Amino acid sequence: MRKIYHRIIQISGNVITVEADNVANSELAEVKSDRGTSLAQVIRLDKNRVYLQVFAGSRGIATDSEVRFLGHPMRIAADDALLGRIFSGNGQPRDKGPALHDNLIDIGGPSVNPANRIIPRNMIRTGLPMIDVFNTLVESQKLPIFSVAGEPYNELLARIAMQAEVDLIILGGMGLKYDDYLYFKETLDEHGALSRTVMFIHTASDPIVECLLVPDMALAAAEHFATNEGKRVLVLLTDMTNFCDALKEIAITMEQIPSNRGYPGDLYSQLAARYEKAVDFETAGSITILAVTTMPGDDVTHPVPDNTGYITEGQFYLVNGRIEPFGSLSRLKQQVNSETRADHRALMDNMIRLYAEYKESLEKQSMGFRMSNWDDKLLKYGALFEQRMMDLSVNIPLEEALDLGWKTLAECFQPTETGIKSDLVKQFWPKTDDSDKKD
Amino acid sequence: MSDMLPTGKVTGVNGNMVSVAFDDRVIQNEVAFVVTDDNERLKGELIRVRGREADIQVFESTVGIKVGNKVEFSGELLSVELGPGLLTQVYDGLQNPLPELAKQAGYFLKRGLYVYPLDREKTWDYSPAAKVGDKLMAGDMVGSVPEGIFTHRIMLPFAWLGEWEITWTAGAGAYNIDTVVAKAKNGDEERDITMVQTWPVKIPITCYDEKLMPREPLITQVRIIDSFFPVAKGGTFCTPGPFGAGKTVLQHALSQRSEVDVVIVAACGERAGEVVEILREFPHLEDPRTGRHLIDRTIIVCNTSSMPVAAREASIYTSVTLAEYYRQMGLSVLLLADSTSRWAQALREVSGRLEEIPGEEAFPAYLESLVAGFYERAGLVRLRDDSQGSITICGAVSPAGGNFEEPVTQATLKVVGSFLALSRDRANARRYPAIHPLDSWSKYNSLIPKAKINEARDMLRAGDEVNQMMKVVGEEGTPTGDFVQYLKGEFIDAVYLQQNTFDKIDGACGSERQQYVFDKLLDVIRHKFSFADRDAARSFFQRLRQEFIDWNYCPWGSDTFKAAEEKINSLIKNGQ
Repeated sequence: MRKIYHRIIQISGNVITVEADNVANSELAEVKSDRGTSLAQVIRLDKNRVYLQVFAGSRGIATDSEVRFLGHPMRIAADDALLGRIFSGNGQPRDKGPALHDNLIDIGGPSVNPANRIIPRNMIRTGLPMIDVFNTLVESQKLPIFSVAGEPYNELLARIAMQAEVDLIILGGMGLKYDDYLYFKETLDEHGALSRTVMFIHTASDPIVECLLVPDMALAAAEHFATNEGKRVLVLLTDMTNFCDALKEIAITMEQIPSNRGYPGDLYSQLAARYEKAVDFETAGSITILAVTTMPGDDVTHPVPDNTGYITEGQFYLVNGRIEPFGSLSRLKQQVNSETRADHRALMDNMIRLYAEYKESLEKQSMGFRMSNWDDKLLKYGALFEQRMMDLSVNIPLEEALDLGWKTLAECFQPTETGIKSDLVKQFWPKTDDSDKKD
Repeated sequence: MSDMLPTGKVTGVNGNMVSVAFDDRVIQNEVAFVVTDDNERLKGELIRVRGREADIQVFESTVGIKVGNKVEFSGELLSVELGPGLLTQVYDGLQNPLPELAKQAGYFLKRGLYVYPLDREKTWDYSPAAKVGDKLMAGDMVGSVPEGIFTHRIMLPFAWLGEWEITWTAGAGAYNIDTVVAKAKNGDEERDITMVQTWPVKIPITCYDEKLMPREPLITQVRIIDSFFPVAKGGTFCTPGPFGAGKTVLQHALSQRSEVDVVIVAACGERAGEVVEILREFPHLEDPRTGRHLIDRTIIVCNTSSMPVAAREASIYTSVTLAEYYRQMGLSVLLLADSTSRWAQALREVSGRLEEIPGEEAFPAYLESLVAGFYERAGLVRLRDDSQGSITICGAVSPAGGNFEEPVTQATLKVVGSFLALSRDRANARRYPAIHPLDSWSKYNSLIPKAKINEARDMLRAGDEVNQMMKVVGEEGTPTGDFVQYLKGEFIDAVYLQQNTFDKIDGACGSERQQYVFDKLLDVIRHKFSFADRDAARSFFQRLRQEFIDWNYCPWGSDTFKAAEEKINSLIKNGQ
């Protein structure tokens, strides 16, 4: 039987301190107060003083409240019983189902040995041209959706979840509005996907500490399914900015020296520890991570999106309900888009380059300059591009999207004006007659 | 043996910092092991002593450590093993071979598991070089073994002070690295020499006669670097840039195509995925210079972002020490450190835990001197046998928010010889490599004469000015002459500065080809075209650009190459 402690010598923020022996770093404890029982985690040891982070917050804890150490760190059940279930940030069921006690594993486990990783090789088709053609999503990729409040990022996330070709979906919600939680639940349910989904949900009104545990629980579950059952798992995290803000809040309570806008110096490492769980194995499944990062003040140089961008393999910018072609980038697309179709890469690069020139012409036009022939061509092209390629409600296979790209180019330009290698032009440039017929 | 070493007891845990009470003596920066209840031995480095209490930064997760756990002090500074067999290896920041760890522990890294860096069983064909009676100094050759294409020198250990007289040597033969291959004495003391020695990573190896001025260009086959912002063998350069600007793609290109003997890739706090590409591809990619595989000249030190932070700090030093070792053999070594910002962040985390007074952006006040100390380990040296060895360091920098004013970029700029500024705007416009042609600079000599380069740069600058002006006055307010300048500037950018790294031919532009193509570029720059109007000029340059790009994709000196060149010549001649 583990000893029970009754003398709390310090309460500061959500951190309480008790004097106790034989306590391990990161071990869990239960703290009983008049408000009920909460989990707490050891975050610091100093001689016989044990600092504990109380998940439910320290409000209502008395100096003689009961603290009982459990002898193990945070764990979740690694089991098929997880499927279709919804849990809170403290690991307890949020749905009406039973708590799980079998096959428990520690969360926040060690990093994958880089020598065991393989080069990503499988494209995940989403049916969205802006993703499939221009920024291909690849199995084992970690990719954030940079956005701002008010944009339909959760809708996009849900849509990708529905259309993407994967075995399992694990949703980690952090600081989620209750409505958004219900939206995910209902959408997944409507599409009959709930049974292949596990949800770990921390809503905006839940204790802040539990927010920190959500990604670790979601990813521990993902690791179990990927390594032990060979599943291709898609982990959706929303919103990682809330996670970072929780880190900030707790670091400052712990009197850590802040590095940039109040965020702790280890923000990069903390984020990397989570995102790097994305992996593809030769002999097992894979984990792909799509995470929403809302940019405070639409500022990409804010520490959260900035650190995220350095960790992840690209990013999608969601602006005005569209995936922005500049800045949005899938770093892994090179791994797969050489094998999709011979024209994929060249078309992708040159269409974006021309779209950039269109933006310049647009600027000139808005400043009242006379438009040259070339400008007129670009303006026509830009409008078609936005209409055909950027619409997020389009749902077409990659090949069809590429053909549409050639068609758009042919309607606006001469082949030499596109900067595409001549042999590709010869092979793919639509014959004039054909395009006339299609129109 | 470990019973004889001093021990201590854990008194506190804060993140990866463990406080230890000790009775005996301890040494600053010595290696210590924390022994957990489950008998895991977690490696750490002693970084502060206060009274009878020492602070150890543990290189592993500290979950489960308890107050009262035993700590064993090793009495040795954090060191690497140096000997034949380092090439082709993939190490973590503490020189554990990752493939071997994978064999023992499976998919995930297991804490407390440490493996010998070098194969103890493998035998090497040893040929003695020094004879009995020879007097040697540290770093002098005792013998050698072939390691791939290199003659791997077995040297008198770098740590041995003074002059040592060889008293015995083994004959030629196949030995493993622990075999005694020679004995030497200094005064009354006689020591054994094996093929392996250790060296503390944070101390530079200085067993050479003098440091020389780096002059010879290091050919990277990246046009914008070799021609415009060159790097010298033994020099230093940095590639700062915001995320998504192509730092890593550039580093990969450098690791594959640079004309050096040995490449050390230090993946420091970056994505594991990036290392995997090297890991999986290099064993198959051919090194055109030697006909062997690229991996045969490569060492990978890989402490990626999710691996323990304290080991990340060590990994930079581990890498540069390995580089110094091969430099001592008279080889040219390229060290690619991606990214030094992550290393600086690791320093910041440690400094924060030590509760030191923070400098700018909470980086420690001594950041600049550490950054300088690292880059100063590069250089071209004349060894004691008159051969020359060099270390060239390329540090990627990941400035927060892409802002070059931040402390790490600024500290780096003070000590490097070439600055390749990666620009987000160029990356967004898909102009790769996204090295900014006007912001970057280099202090080294280019393979193209300076006057020619200046001509091209002047045209780039002039083109840029016209472009700026056009944004105000519009195209119709721009005289055709100015407009042609703008087109010429864009032309240089499109056909010379931009390069497709993923293409075998365009991606690898050798020095001869660069010189040849550059002259053709100058023909275009110098040619006085007379166009009817701006549209005619634009469409001419679009055609010329197309032909030139096609030319870039033709194998050097091939028939298609010559044919494409003819087309370009006639286009220029007939250009209106």
